[in-house]
Amino acid sequence: MTALQKKDVNPIAHLTPEDIELIGKELDEIRQGVVDSRGEADARYIRRVIDVHRKIELGSRAVLLASGFAPAWIVGTIGLSVAKILENMEIGHNILHGQWDWMRDPKIHSTTWEWDMASPAEQWKHSHNELHHTYTNVIGKDNDLGYGIMRVDEDQPWQPFHLGQPLWSFVNACFFEYGIAAYDLELGAVIAKKQTGDPEFRARAKAVLRKIGRQVRKDYVVHPLLSGPNFLSTLAANFTANIVRNLWSNSVILCGHFPEGVETFEKKSIDGETRGEWYLRQMLGSANISGSKAMHIMTGNLSHQIEHHLFPDLPSNRYAEIAPKIRDLFDRYGLNYHTAPLPQQVGSAWHKIIRLSLPNGWLELTNGRNLLPQLAVLYKMTTGGPKVRRTLQRKLTAGVRLTRAAAAA
Amino acid sequence: MTATAPRFPAARPALSGLRNRVMRLAELATTPLLPADYLDMVSPLRAGADLRGRIVAVHRETRDAATLVIRPGADWQRHVPGQWVRIGIDVDGVRMWRAYSLTSHLDRPDGCIAITVKAIPGGKVSNHLVHRTQPGTLVHLDQATGEFVLPSQAPAKVLFVTAGSGITPVIGILRNHGELADVVVVHSAPTADDVVFGTDLRELAAAGRIRLVEQHTDTAGMLDAAAIAELVPDLAERATWACGPVGMLEALEEHWSAAGIADRLFTERFRPTVLVAGEGGTVTFTENGTSIEADGATPILDAAEDAGVLMPSGCRMGICYGCVLPLREGAVRDLRNGEVTTAAPGDGVLIQTCVSAAAGACAIDH
Repeated sequence: MTALQKKDVNPIAHLTPEDIELIGKELDEIRQGVVDSRGEADARYIRRVIDVHRKIELGSRAVLLASGFAPAWIVGTIGLSVAKILENMEIGHNILHGQWDWMRDPKIHSTTWEWDMASPAEQWKHSHNELHHTYTNVIGKDNDLGYGIMRVDEDQPWQPFHLGQPLWSFVNACFFEYGIAAYDLELGAVIAKKQTGDPEFRARAKAVLRKIGRQVRKDYVVHPLLSGPNFLSTLAANFTANIVRNLWSNSVILCGHFPEGVETFEKKSIDGETRGEWYLRQMLGSANISGSKAMHIMTGNLSHQIEHHLFPDLPSNRYAEIAPKIRDLFDRYGLNYHTAPLPQQVGSAWHKIIRLSLPNGWLELTNGRNLLPQLAVLYKMTTGGPKVRRTLQRKLTAGVRLTRAAAAA
Repeated sequence: MTATAPRFPAARPALSGLRNRVMRLAELATTPLLPADYLDMVSPLRAGADLRGRIVAVHRETRDAATLVIRPGADWQRHVPGQWVRIGIDVDGVRMWRAYSLTSHLDRPDGCIAITVKAIPGGKVSNHLVHRTQPGTLVHLDQATGEFVLPSQAPAKVLFVTAGSGITPVIGILRNHGELADVVVVHSAPTADDVVFGTDLRELAAAGRIRLVEQHTDTAGMLDAAAIAELVPDLAERATWACGPVGMLEALEEHWSAAGIADRLFTERFRPTVLVAGEGGTVTFTENGTSIEADGATPILDAAEDAGVLMPSGCRMGICYGCVLPLREGAVRDLRNGEVTTAAPGDGVLIQTCVSAAAGACAIDH
């Protein structure tokens, strides 16, 4: 993807500043409509989800006491995976956004909630709510773009180590909660700047390690011990449930901002950004997942990523209700409401990860017939110096232009 | 007496040592949740839980007043008649806390307590409690508190002056203090039908336990202090407890002062009077990190809640001190009397956020 401002065809060129302010006004009204009608039914909803989660978790953990018995292992592991997904997505993520603060219930409040996740709520709220949701998809500002470990934009120069990107993206997906914890700590930047001795960083790192310690002790020591002779099979079940939850939440999050066609923005484009322009950036920088009600709940309603990014603090159960109004707004202003089923969005996001792990244009130009010479080019670019890479990249770019011109003709 | 000394909600009773250890052990298996989160699903009124109660019955008293019978949690401590309790209930999904006088017999065989609520026009919580609350509803409670109570040595002659729902703490006292031999109750309400506990009061009067003076203000107008003095000639010999609107209480205080018997009058205010509006300012909550712009006429509590800050709160009238927070620095104005309180870092001055407005920039530890 290329920052929207550098594109040949700018998808918002047809909007006047007045249009953008009108979009902002309409969105403010939609938001106010939900705020004014928040009430008992919403409160009942989140309490029910929390209640269901706790019952599924208790039930699954109880079944796993007999995890040596294969059917018990399977049922318990599925149940625990579902419980952990609910807890992280529809419950934890949304409560920590303050979506339920209006209830003034100290037990369901963004300032008191803690979740089943390696990253302590306090640190996650900072990196997610304050940074990601404010600077969504702004290159160099929103660290969620590639989590600081990936090449997410054609404008980032390709380096040979990017070839490993699909592999480490997959490893990151499996252990996503630890990746998030390291990311919330800004571990990479702190190490690069040699600031690991900083007392503030040390205090935060200690909090993360304490949290991880408690989580690991619960899933890999206490519950396995409670299972007695089934120690190892319960441990394996808990490990599996954590991996399933990690893969699921990673997939959902990839779908939110990574699919092809989701826009990114240049750093300077947000200088003096108005409320309307901020809304517009959220509209273009997010993608939805279409599907059933159960799928929406399991994604924490992040399947309504567009609605969530427009109104991060509205109760998640209301996104589905406003989605048609938002879509209508997109249509009226000639904007692309990016939505597709889960497999398609996940596929699109992974395609992009693979495409950008290779030099610009390489994947597009490669087919069954020219595979060998193309691999030779890739080998030369990987082993050669910067000069070789620049020369070969120029050839690839020219090749892409030719192919596209031929296709257009 | 007016409750002026800062009082904090009674501390939760300490868990027994053994229970504490078991809970901590269980937490290893439930983290990041607490064992209590699971226990609350099946037993919200158990010993050791946050104090709650379940409404078991709602009795209509008048067209706009009702008595709610509540089964309190196991850790409820016996109250003293005349005291009030803070009750937290979800109205339209939002947790609201208010204080109401306890009106029940101490020795109810079912162990329940009762509060009596008068719906005030526009009152969110009082209308919900009177008109829409169903038996079975779970509510949140604090231990009873308040100083509108009889001394341990009950005085020989007593006068109660009440108006409207001001009768509620008095009924709590009358029901539990059968030993009071000489009691006069002067009560004002718009009409005979509006007298909360009218039947009870009239029965007590018929049985000769009290002398009842009912003033129906729609037809007979308001009673002033001089009229009360006329109705109760031996007023100076009586210990007097008064509960009702601020205007009435101030008039009584003035009269009792002038008569040199101010020490014989005990009052309980139900609402603050707003006298002065300050200039407002930015209020910063140091721990929470939120900053809000508050005007000089809005209590900091309201302004903060409107901005989504979770605030401790209680009576919202400056009497229960459930909303007290440390003012780290800055200035606030007491909306009841215009008094300005300032604090410098380290002072840790405690302010009641429900009756204090910003009088310039201030930082609050919360």
